[in-house]
Amino acid sequence: MTAPGGRLPRRLITDLGEGDLAPSRRFARRQIVGIIFGLVGIALIAAVAPNITSDNRSFAFEPPPDPLRFEFVPTTLVTVIGVVYLVCAVLSFLPERFDRLALSAQILSAGLAIPLILGVSLALSSAPETNVTNLLDESLVLATPIALGAMTGLWCERSGIINIGIEGMMLASAGVGYMTYAVLGSASSTGWLWVSILIAIVTGGLMASLHAVLSIRYQINQIVSGVVINLFALGLTGFLRSEVIVPSGHSKGTPTPEISIPLLKDIPILGETLFAGKPLHYLMYVVVFLTWLVMYRSAWGLRVRSCGENPHAAETLGINVITIRYQAVILGGFIAGLAGAWFSMESQSGFEDNMTNAAGFIALAAMIFGKWTPWGAFGGALLFGFARALGSRLQFLSVEVGDFGIPSEFFQSLPFLVTLVVVAGALGRAVAPAAEGQPFTPSK
Amino acid sequence: MTDPVDSPRRPEGSMEGLRRRVIEGWSLQPLLVPIYAIILSFIVGGVLIAIIGINPFEAYWALIRGMFGSWDRIAGSIARSVPFIGSALALAFAFRAGLFNIGAEGQLLVGGITAAWVGTWAFMADVPGIVAVPVIILAGAAGGFFWGGIPGVLRARTGAHEVISTIMLNSIALFMVRWIVNSRDPVILRDLDASVPRTTAIADSARLPELADSQPNLHAGLFVMIGLCIVVAFVLRRTTFGFETITVGTNPHAAHYAGISVNRIIILAMALSGSFAGVAAASEVAGTNSFFQPGTFAFIGFDGIAIALLARANPIAIIPASFLWGALLSGAPLMQAEAGVSIDVVRIIQSMVLLFVAADAIVRYLFRIRAEGGHHIEAAATGWVGS
Repeated sequence: MTAPGGRLPRRLITDLGEGDLAPSRRFARRQIVGIIFGLVGIALIAAVAPNITSDNRSFAFEPPPDPLRFEFVPTTLVTVIGVVYLVCAVLSFLPERFDRLALSAQILSAGLAIPLILGVSLALSSAPETNVTNLLDESLVLATPIALGAMTGLWCERSGIINIGIEGMMLASAGVGYMTYAVLGSASSTGWLWVSILIAIVTGGLMASLHAVLSIRYQINQIVSGVVINLFALGLTGFLRSEVIVPSGHSKGTPTPEISIPLLKDIPILGETLFAGKPLHYLMYVVVFLTWLVMYRSAWGLRVRSCGENPHAAETLGINVITIRYQAVILGGFIAGLAGAWFSMESQSGFEDNMTNAAGFIALAAMIFGKWTPWGAFGGALLFGFARALGSRLQFLSVEVGDFGIPSEFFQSLPFLVTLVVVAGALGRAVAPAAEGQPFTPSK
Repeated sequence: MTDPVDSPRRPEGSMEGLRRRVIEGWSLQPLLVPIYAIILSFIVGGVLIAIIGINPFEAYWALIRGMFGSWDRIAGSIARSVPFIGSALALAFAFRAGLFNIGAEGQLLVGGITAAWVGTWAFMADVPGIVAVPVIILAGAAGGFFWGGIPGVLRARTGAHEVISTIMLNSIALFMVRWIVNSRDPVILRDLDASVPRTTAIADSARLPELADSQPNLHAGLFVMIGLCIVVAFVLRRTTFGFETITVGTNPHAAHYAGISVNRIIILAMALSGSFAGVAAASEVAGTNSFFQPGTFAFIGFDGIAIALLARANPIAIIPASFLWGALLSGAPLMQAEAGVSIDVVRIIQSMVLLFVAADAIVRYLFRIRAEGGHHIEAAATGWVGS
């Protein structure tokens, strides 16, 4: 993986200064990944394929009554994927000019891991088939808060403000939003539901303004400020839950309704997955798209990015760095508010203490995974959502190796393992916005 | 710190004069911001309590009695703060190396389960406490060292950011430990006779002596943790390794030019900070319950972040900061029982303390305290890449 032209200066800094800081290794990262695929390939062909069942298994692609099926023999599936992995390993050791070929082979191999894991797990369980469409559906739904959180992080960090308070912003919005819904709308009125979602968004914006004031106006350590947000949200929502939500008598309510797009939803295979769902889930796609559009195709977006890379240069060009940073952080807060509303009013209707459960941190991971770009971060969120959906699916299949039932805890930790491996292995060093975390004092 | 020629003295006897004499006489200057920050935070909390229609003075009186009302309660408050010292120390040490280790939660769990496992080894019952106790503490340290070392190695070798990897490892540790403790088929460490999932009890010889029978009980782990703080402070200030660590944390490029192996420091700093969390977990296992239950460590690592930041990553300052944290949490239930105020008010107060200590400009403005040249944690502030 050679650095694209735009990164050249960064590369030079690395060569001159970082030296020891840059990972030191005998092989290029591409080759290490190739070796790993090669070893997995050998293991698949030599160890897994001979021992796995050769009874037919199938993936179903549509809702139950009469689904489209893809039948396969596990032995064949494993052998074929093993061979692909071996080829991938060989390609990784070709000379530098075949870089693109090796890279595509590795991406294909990584993608094949999905049918591999699913197929092997299915073969090891007693179930004859599993529904893939459902799995994709669940992945997309579970990716919603992660993708939204990652967009929050993106807006803050591209403007130069570190945000580890995404978790707190989401939690506070989830709590305050649901409180509004429970107290004013008795947790059932549709009109109040939308108002409450709006309140959640505003709450996210308020929490973000706190972060902005602390880190821009008072220039305090931005990580400290993020921790303050997280702690404060935890206390505030706990307080509101026990003092307001529980006494109101509406601890559970009606979540957002399912909506579907009339004709498109009848498209085979993909229709149900893409065109039937809940409103905030759809809004997520809109937010991701708009984030990309505004950040990369508008003057204001360029200004935000320039504040994150070199605020002094931006100031020289007449940009008000302080204002831009306030705007970007608060915009991020609104998005976090939407994510919070998803937790307490869409995925379920109700509020529990600490219900965001580290999603904000995972969103941060997705953002870094995506190298601080909207589509990359969205990809990270999808990967995480998929790993999570897959984890619960496999748990449901009760997979057994020999007599040893693989514990459900293993599948529950799957999303985290996947993220860890991906972040450590395939990705390489992510480059953060250059001016991130540095307070800016305008020169008068 | 103050220059009498420069600062015009107010007439003696006025409130301002008294205030100055107290501050200068007792050299309270560096403590002013934290003290006022605590007062301000209580005011904010009080306003919130008043809003829900409860008399804040009554609530706070109950809170204070809950914290210090009797010897038992004081001991309980101290006991509650003991594990926080370890988790905050884990954070603070990594901070000094320019690393943001939010994995104390997972390092506590792995350290704790390792200690609980080693404590049940057959030979532990036959050796005297003088051997068994250090063994179990070291076992906890080893578990934390291992779990903290993983993100260190990943950071140094592949560049994976420690914030992400420690968060992932926290969750992985939780599920792993849950499996070890819950599993009945096969039985790993679960005590099958117990009604709740927990490990079998460690050998009696490996238990830390109890100091007070409070709620929770105060045990000799307190001295272990305070000793650890002193050792860490000494290492950071007086040894080559400490100097290298701080240099890497302040400026990795300069450290590299000076011939320090940055990667080695990163790995060691992460692993060592994990081991501090491990020691805290081991001392809890050996001091309080004698068995391991994952739930006991919930939020201890998380709170450690705030405590370490409150103490500005200073190992000695962690001791009072942890005490403040533990005492507030230990006093809160009485406030809930007597005044009917939700425990979560304490969380709000804690976040406000951290806010006002960090944003000292607010406190200085409100109470007209002049700025001083104290050191701040610059290390982790510079960005994700830490360079």
